[in-house]
Amino acid sequence: MATFHLNSPFSEEDIRQLRAGDIVTFDGLLFGIRDLTQIYMFDQGHEPPVSLAGAPCIHTAPSLRKVDGRWEKICVGTTTSTRMERFSPDLIGKYGVRAIIGKGGLLEGSLKAMQKHGAVYLAIVGGAAALETQQIEAIEEVYWEHLHPEALYRFRVKNFGPLTVAMDSHGRNLYEEVKVEALTRLPGIYEKLGV
Amino acid sequence: MRQFDYSIVEEAAKQLYIRALCDLPPDVRQALRKAQARETNPTAKAVFEAMFKAIDIADREKTLICQDTGLPIYKVKIGSGFAWDGFAIKSRLHEGAKRATQEFPFRSSSTHPLTRVNPQTSVGPGLPVIYFDFAGDTDTLDILMAPKGSGSENMSRMQMFYPAHGIKALKKFVLDTVVESGANPCPPGVIGVGIGGTADLVMKLAKDAIMRPVGSRNPDPQVAAMEEELEEAINATGRGPMGLGGDVSTLGVHIETAYTHITQNPVAVNTQCWPARRSRAVISPDGAVAYGY
Repeated sequence: MATFHLNSPFSEEDIRQLRAGDIVTFDGLLFGIRDLTQIYMFDQGHEPPVSLAGAPCIHTAPSLRKVDGRWEKICVGTTTSTRMERFSPDLIGKYGVRAIIGKGGLLEGSLKAMQKHGAVYLAIVGGAAALETQQIEAIEEVYWEHLHPEALYRFRVKNFGPLTVAMDSHGRNLYEEVKVEALTRLPGIYEKLGV
Repeated sequence: MRQFDYSIVEEAAKQLYIRALCDLPPDVRQALRKAQARETNPTAKAVFEAMFKAIDIADREKTLICQDTGLPIYKVKIGSGFAWDGFAIKSRLHEGAKRATQEFPFRSSSTHPLTRVNPQTSVGPGLPVIYFDFAGDTDTLDILMAPKGSGSENMSRMQMFYPAHGIKALKKFVLDTVVESGANPCPPGVIGVGIGGTADLVMKLAKDAIMRPVGSRNPDPQVAAMEEELEEAINATGRGPMGLGGDVSTLGVHIETAYTHITQNPVAVNTQCWPARRSRAVISPDGAVAYGY
């Protein structure tokens, strides 16, 4: 296990060096997206008003408040990614996103896109929204505001993480490996339990 | 006897929701510390560090540990020595949960099941979930509160086995349910298990189980042994914190039981996430409120 501190947006080289199990923190640009953001993009054909190339995208529906026309954070946490698998290969392939951040992981289609285009899935610690919120320095822009809390958010972050490289650009998927390992151990555990 | 002021219950219901979201109980913190100490996987160690950082920030800044404010659950236990008006208690719990949401303010996670319209109150018809129980030997109104997040609640499972399936079917069901839930319930949390009762009661038992202090054991030695056995089995899967691999997959298995029908063998699993949030208020007849966990 290696640890990395990166600056976002990421280059392909930044991402290709990461291996499943590594720990990452980063500074810079981070986009917030969720189910509705991507339904709006992919199913309803709206082009993002900002380039996502090289950027990380986090699965979130942030609690924000608008004070004198400026957005302030209340609580920003992360949701389960698996629901958004359908959109993820295109997010990577078509828009050049280099990292998807969430919890629970993505599936085979996304893993293939990560291998092909040089992207990773970074697992955040779910439930630790207090930490995540503190690491967000600014909400620089909310695009498609009518979709809030599932709009497109541009955050600036500092020391964001720790994030675990759960799916890398070389075909490894930590979730799958852990699951296979558990299933391998299961017969022995059944035997011990007498079931 | 002077009239009890039920606004005390409303204020307590509000404070309980906020306290549960911001202040993790000491037994949960201790269980996480013990888990971190025995964890050998370096990735998992980093995950535990992040959990403690989040707890510290929530302590310092009086903010939410997790953004999922959950659905509010209040378990009320009324002592024989406490003169009470059940409707007033129910109404005040509803109002208190709503006020917590709007006055803190935090996200309302409640919604209409068909229209999916969120009333922005955390409550609505049927919510908060309220259970009433009674104690013969106290004179207090004892309220235990838990906000239940969806990552873990969505992993709930129940099954009506037959007596012929035996105890081993129950054990296998619990283990398989946990393995199948993978990273979704934000492990390592508490695995609540209900055994016995009816279809509805068995899930209620599982919910009672997750609201117990972490590390507590069922007083029945046979059940306690089963808790230990299942804990060991779940940790042996190597699923680890956040399902990314490691030695600790659960902080504890809690089992609650009830008598059941001679032809039935029901089991339910209700999972709690690593921030096993709960809070408690004990209200005396004179209106004094003692907060705890």
